[in-house]
Order: sequence, then C-alpha cells, then structure tokens
Amino acid sequence: MNITEPEKTIPNVHIRKAIETDLPAIMTFDERSNKDLNPHYWQEMFNRYGDDHDKQLFLVCENGAEIVGFIIGEVRDWEFGSSPCGWVFALGVRPDVRLGGVATQLYTVMCEFFSQAGVDKVRTMVARQNNDFHSFYRSEGMMAGPYIQLEKDL
Amino acid sequence: MKLQQSTILGLYAVLELAKAEGEQLSTADIAAKFDVSINHLAKVLRILVRAGHLQAARGAGGGYRFSGNIKRTTLMDVIELFEPVSIEGFENPDLPQATDVEAGLAIALIEISEMMQATLQSITLRTMLKMMQRDVANIP
Repeated sequence: MNITEPEKTIPNVHIRKAIETDLPAIMTFDERSNKDLNPHYWQEMFNRYGDDHDKQLFLVCENGAEIVGFIIGEVRDWEFGSSPCGWVFALGVRPDVRLGGVATQLYTVMCEFFSQAGVDKVRTMVARQNNDFHSFYRSEGMMAGPYIQLEKDL
Repeated sequence: MKLQQSTILGLYAVLELAKAEGEQLSTADIAAKFDVSINHLAKVLRILVRAGHLQAARGAGGGYRFSGNIKRTTLMDVIELFEPVSIEGFENPDLPQATDVEAGLAIALIEISEMMQATLQSITLRTMLKMMQRDVANIP
C-alpha cells in the first residue's frame, strides 16, 4: 500500500514565492537535508531560484504563518537533446500535513508556471524506492518518459 | 513478464468494481463485459474478498462491490495475491556460488525486476481510473 493521495484538505493554505527567511523552516522538513541540515546548500538554492526569474521558480506553501511545503523547478533547454521542458527537482511537505493536498497545489502552480514559460512537458526524477513520491507524481498524471537514468560507481 | 490469467481477471474485476464506485456487480456482469469464464472469475473474486478488496452480497441480486481504498490500493497489491512479482530463477549475484554468467544475468534481471516492482507499487487504482478517463477522453 502507498500513502500519497490527499485524504483531507488543509485549510488556509497559500502558495507564494519563497523568501530568504523561509529557508530555516524548509530545512526542518526537507528529507534530503535532514542528515546535516546544510544551510549553504539552501542559501545557494535560494540565490539561484528564489528571486524573480523567467525560467526558475521556488515556491512555498503557507498554512497560516507556518511554511508547510516547498517546490523548486526550472525550464531547461535542450538538455539530453530534449526540447525545452519543465523540471521539478525538489518537492517537500511537512510530515504532519501530508495527505492534505499541499503537494498537489504546489505542483499545479509549478505546472502553470511552466506552461506560461512556453513549454508543454514537465519532468522529474524519483528514487526507485521512494514510493510516496513516485505514487504522488503518478497520481498527477506523470508516466515514465523516453529517457532512462544511468549511473556507475567511480 | 506474462501475467497469469487469474491475475488479469483480478485486475479486471478490481478496476471494474472500483470504477463502479460502490455499485454492486454480479460475477455474470463482469464475466460478460470481459468475455471470460464465470467459474474462473468466481474463484478470483473470492480471493479478492478474502484480501479485503471486495465485499460479497449473497442471495438473489447478490454480487460484489469494491470495499478497499482506491487511493491506497496499488496494482502490486492486487497482482501479488495471484503471483509473485519478480523475475524468478536467478540467484543473488553476490552469492559466492554464482558463476560469472549467472551473476551477470542476475544483475540485469534484478534491475528489470526492481523497476517493474517500483512501477507497480506506484500506480494506485485511483491513478488507473484517471488514466482510463484520460484515454477515453482522447479517443477521437
């Protein structure tokens, strides 16, 4: 069984562009940085994606005064020979509000941004074992794309 | 991977009943829709009832209704009731008794198996119903 699609609706959520003071809250629930809470990484992410850009977007979801989710994406041109498309490469929701539709709202706004930027495809990559994220993206209509990710130990 | 007939019938039945949103369907209704054996389907439906995905109503006008959670139940949950979801016959390549040929094949087949399992675990019945709606909408 998986645990991804919304079962409840979190009231009073608001999606907006991230500001620098959101970063400490984001770091507390970003699964990728839980081990060492790397503030430099997040500062760099904010510098690169947090301001007004045509092709990058860093959004947060507020519930009242609290940050409960974030998403980061950008339009990438001709990567791996692909025509320009949107990439979602970071998404997180605070554990206590998961299954409340926060990720869906963030993802929807990100897809609208991609559409307005002139692309008609959105891509992401998930760890094979990360069933929650995999199921979430599938529930949003995403399917395996025409590329296969390969790697090798060096 | 070639799914067994029971597995395919199980997927047909679960999806048809999930799509019916609580409405009761008889074994004959489902068998007629997919042109399959009523006897074989009846055995499959009993397995799905035991697993908690369906509820059976006995007597005249009896039938089955979906009783699981379409947002939680995945294709893997259904398939695993009828057959293992893996590529069998190859040992773990890390085992010392594996020959170089066995180890090489096992690495390739385990990769395929893991991708297949990840895909089946990620697709819920709700996602399947959405996919079905999209496909119908796209028919010219």
